[in-house]
Amino acid sequence: MASKPMKIKAWIEEGTTNIAGIKVIIFHEMESGLRKDKATGQFVPAHYITEVTCEHNGKTVLTCLWGATVSKNPFLAFRVKNAKKGDAIRLSWVDNKGEKEVGESTVE
Amino acid sequence: MKQTRRTFLRTTLAASSVAVAVGAGLLAPQRVLAAWPKNAFDAKTMDEAMTAITGASSAAASNDITVEAPDIAENGAVVSITVKTTIANVEQLSILVPKNTTQLCASYILTSNVDSFLTCRIKMRETSDVVAVIKAGGKLFSAKKPVKVTLGGCGG
Repeated sequence: MASKPMKIKAWIEEGTTNIAGIKVIIFHEMESGLRKDKATGQFVPAHYITEVTCEHNGKTVLTCLWGATVSKNPFLAFRVKNAKKGDAIRLSWVDNKGEKEVGESTVE
Repeated sequence: MKQTRRTFLRTTLAASSVAVAVGAGLLAPQRVLAAWPKNAFDAKTMDEAMTAITGASSAAASNDITVEAPDIAENGAVVSITVKTTIANVEQLSILVPKNTTQLCASYILTSNVDSFLTCRIKMRETSDVVAVIKAGGKLFSAKKPVKVTLGGCGG
């Protein structure tokens, strides 16, 4: 489970009028299933985000398919075209245990 | 009467076969989009992972893709990778690390409303290349960047 809500920052890139830079950090363990618990010697079960959907004004613009080798507390940056101030950015993820989170932000 | 029936049959048959072809062509990528490709993420060799995610085991090396990564990563648990490209109509961008236990790290399905620019952080078990494979207009292009890892980040 995510320890705290994801952070999304979206702004119009400097020097452009319609390209929005988006930066996201999701707080998630991203356990690969290959690490051993030092106390018990048992493998820690895999627990990682598999799919992230990024929407711009309700339209999916980017789908991320992730594996266990994405780092802990994954960071993602991308750029959306044809964006303007006040546009809605919505991110949702689901992990291999079916846990979900949705985050929203507006372009600044 | 016969003539009409024959014409009717011929046209409907032609139409339905076109519909089937369109359906197969259009539905296939949607199915790929909907399901998380477990076999691709479970693949233990570079060829398997490539084939499962892109449909082909090799991609043409391209100078139009830039893979930005640190030359030396002190901590393999967090390696920041940025991929940029000037190739138009990018449909899919995959990031693979040949020497990880499972090679495929992440695959991004891009739409025309996203710039061909992506940053993400991955784990690396040991010193390896980082390979970016881009699918654009049905063709595959790739670029790589070696990263030296001093402390592995996939296991304990």
